[in-house]
Amino acid sequence: MSHMKKTWTNTQVETIVGSLLRGGVITAATLVLTGGILYLARHGSELPEYKAFAGEPGDLRSVWGIITDTISLHSRGIIQFGLLLLMFTPVARVAFLCIAFSRQRDISYIFVTVIVLTVLLFSLIGHYL
Amino acid sequence: MTILVLTLFILTGSFVAGFLGSLTGLGGGVVIVPFLTLGFGVDIRYAIGASLVSVIATSSGAASAYVKEGFTNIRVGMFLEIATTTGALLGAFLAAQMHTSVLSVIFGAVLIHSVYLTLRRRREEPYAEQSDPLATRLRMDGSFPVSGRLQTYHVQAVPAGFGLMFAAGVLSGLLGIGSGAVKVLAMDQFMRMPFKVSTTTSNFMIGVTAAASVGVYLNRGYIDPGLAMPVMLGVLAGSLAGTRVLIRAKTRLLRLVFSGVVMLLAIEMIYHGLTGRL
Repeated sequence: MSHMKKTWTNTQVETIVGSLLRGGVITAATLVLTGGILYLARHGSELPEYKAFAGEPGDLRSVWGIITDTISLHSRGIIQFGLLLLMFTPVARVAFLCIAFSRQRDISYIFVTVIVLTVLLFSLIGHYL
Repeated sequence: MTILVLTLFILTGSFVAGFLGSLTGLGGGVVIVPFLTLGFGVDIRYAIGASLVSVIATSSGAASAYVKEGFTNIRVGMFLEIATTTGALLGAFLAAQMHTSVLSVIFGAVLIHSVYLTLRRRREEPYAEQSDPLATRLRMDGSFPVSGRLQTYHVQAVPAGFGLMFAAGVLSGLLGIGSGAVKVLAMDQFMRMPFKVSTTTSNFMIGVTAAASVGVYLNRGYIDPGLAMPVMLGVLAGSLAGTRVLIRAKTRLLRLVFSGVVMLLAIEMIYHGLTGRL
């Protein structure tokens, strides 16, 4: 195994990136669909309120709040968890490329991927800092 | 109108938006915001949040296929993502400071410009013989398959491309669109990359760009699950269906019709912004 692990060719990297993106989108869409069906079954006959901007409740704004809501099977929480997974799909893609460039010993692109990862993580969890 | 009925309307509309967006190359995101705000009176901040989510879904879905085909230039994309992500973060912060009517007017103007970029005739220039020194240092030159053989190309004007990408990022974070038209402009016209490589690399970058601003929208409470759900599923399904029929459809006429619709929406957004109705 060790000789295979040393470097990845560009084609191998492209194949893994492709599968990673596809897997992320399919999983996210499945979760959103599941939560969506539950949401419509429970709240479908209620009246919507999107005209006046109120903002989402606190639990649907933060990573931990969304995870707690999902565990307690709140339909909106499950949708939000799917969306969160979707948001992390490009982040995972950048993280994977960071590993791939490390294997190829490509110093400048390790640096590039780390900068982009920092910006992405700042956006997603920056308010905790 | 109950939530169920509204959801079905939005799901259908988003499907059509995704379908036409992928057929014409304008992207589904550009019509989602006017569709939700003008059509259903949804607050523009909720609309932008839902649109951003759908943009990540469609671009990641399409990129998964393009990357495997070997057109995408991963190095160029990765390097330029420094510019698009920082731009998107700035755009998302600006969106929170701006009045919704200002957002609406900017949105309309950007729509008109995107239509212009997509419709105009491109100059077909010969590939450059040499690379930008920065492109050489960053090993950006690439190759792509043309009728079974690999055609190599050299990348030009990296700093200019980087600057345009920053602007594309700001627009993406501010308006919740992929801003693919500006990304393609930067790579195709300024960096002189082949058109197919430019479009697929632009698509590759859109997901990461949108992810950089969507976190800010989530934390501010602009992502509503009930609204984002039908938009994301509809646009995703529509754009997947669009790529299936892309080969058979007469895209020229369709593109003109869809561009006309987008232009009308753009004028509508500007008018509503100026009269303070949004």
